[in-house]
Amino acid sequence: MAMKFEKKDNGSYLLDVQGYVCPHPQIYTKKALEKLQSGDILEVVFDNPSSSESIGSMCETSGHEIVEKNQVGGKFTWKIRKK
Amino acid sequence: MEQKERQYRNWAFVIVGFFVFVSLGSYALSEYYIYLIAYLWFGFVYGMALQYGRFCFASAFRDLFAVGVPRMVVGIVIATILFGLTAAFPTAAGQSTFHPAPASIHSVIAGLFFGVGMVFAGGCASGSLYKTGEGNGVALMVILSISVTQAIFVDIGGWANKLVPKSWAESAAAKRLPPSINHTDGWVDQYLTGYVWNQPTTTFAKMLGFKNASVAGAFLGNLFVGVVIPAALLLIVVYIFWQRKNYLRRLAKERGGTGSIGFSDDAVGFWKMILSSKRTAIAGLVLGVANGLHMLVIEGLRLKFGIGNAGQILKAIGQDYGLSVRGTVFDPGYWYVTTQEAQWVGWVFHKLGWNNMDNIYFGLANGIPNPLFNPADWMSLALIGGAAVMALLHGEFKFKKPTRELAVWAIIGGFFMGIGSRLGLGCNVGGFFVRVANGDPSGWLFGIGMIGGAFIGVKFFNWYTERKMAREMAALEL
Repeated sequence: MAMKFEKKDNGSYLLDVQGYVCPHPQIYTKKALEKLQSGDILEVVFDNPSSSESIGSMCETSGHEIVEKNQVGGKFTWKIRKK
Repeated sequence: MEQKERQYRNWAFVIVGFFVFVSLGSYALSEYYIYLIAYLWFGFVYGMALQYGRFCFASAFRDLFAVGVPRMVVGIVIATILFGLTAAFPTAAGQSTFHPAPASIHSVIAGLFFGVGMVFAGGCASGSLYKTGEGNGVALMVILSISVTQAIFVDIGGWANKLVPKSWAESAAAKRLPPSINHTDGWVDQYLTGYVWNQPTTTFAKMLGFKNASVAGAFLGNLFVGVVIPAALLLIVVYIFWQRKNYLRRLAKERGGTGSIGFSDDAVGFWKMILSSKRTAIAGLVLGVANGLHMLVIEGLRLKFGIGNAGQILKAIGQDYGLSVRGTVFDPGYWYVTTQEAQWVGWVFHKLGWNNMDNIYFGLANGIPNPLFNPADWMSLALIGGAAVMALLHGEFKFKKPTRELAVWAIIGGFFMGIGSRLGLGCNVGGFFVRVANGDPSGWLFGIGMIGGAFIGVKFFNWYTERKMAREMAALEL
């Protein structure tokens, strides 16, 4: 599956990096957040467990807020609000 | 949801049941199999610990350089200290199976190749094994690429001989080896006999004038000077360059922008950085304890059977195909990754008619035993199984087919890691982690190269990702 980035709504975006392994999910998440406006929501969908640690730490370090975390059968769906 | 969890749990039981069956079944055939069974169960523990701690060197340095997250590198460094502590006990008791490697600039160059490769591949050698256990098809491709690259690289002669410096060729020709080993033909053979074998081997204990197998040598020389001091310096560098700014910014915000920042604030910030890597550090401690026990158990079994190498075990159970000219096989007695990967492909090549037993790597040192009876292969397979069990129990298991794009990265990354592993005589585990923990300075040299390689790899990946994101975002007017 190829990487997908799309606008869902005003101020709401989807980044689907399922199938990707490290370092792709975290780098794509970082790059996507860099492009968004403060307060925008980025929904990241990934299935590489170790990326959860990296993305979580990256948000903590950078001040972005993880507003929702879902994990079903190895699929992670996180919503991140850009600081 | 509950049904899925139950399914996962059942699969975890199936895997454990399989290893129990193999253990009991093989032991019933011959008590010599206990030697292979020991490797199997230590491999299983390594796999569980790696998956639990997300213990991946590629993640560590890549996340530091790519997204500014120091958590994993801090965890790996703490794990190295804890591993060093547990390794010091068998060393002090004279029961360590570890041997230091030749140390010189070649370790740095090898680490550089390896570092670039692990970033491209998305996982180091051990990380790819545990990720395979998570159902990750890309990681499996990385392992295949490392395995094939090594098996070919160690036997390349012909045109590659022209790339051998004259001094290496002369030095190699002067070495006396068994007649079946043609070490004057082949780039790697001449690299080993003409250059690497001429380099000094030492430990921090010896450098400080201690006997390696002594309490002072193991704990003061190898552990304190060889591991704790450099690791502490590395942690301080990471704190200053990657953690301090963000921590102090948050602290100032909490204090409403008032008050000055003192040394005690930095001490607290440093400690918080250490604690944030608890999971990886716990994994490191488990790996260290398991590795120390692994050494003791293998040494004990060697004493029990009156042997010095697993080659004699294989002979006793009627599996003498692929033993080296000295009757040995690869039998490190501790956690190791890449050589057994090269061996199984070497075994396949040999079965297909490739005479690869005239080189040093297979023919003189490690052999190419049947993978079904190779102790180190039992360890790697069980490592994948242990990681799978841990992933299943945490609902993190998922089969992932590699896409074409990731398959290409896996092959390229595995190629670089395979080359780096053979140049450095080990990967991030055998070339860095185990060596550093045992006070071998060549481990730090490999590590320096690996960090440099990871930095180069990340720079390239950043450029690649930027281009790809730009294409995806072109229509969004961001």
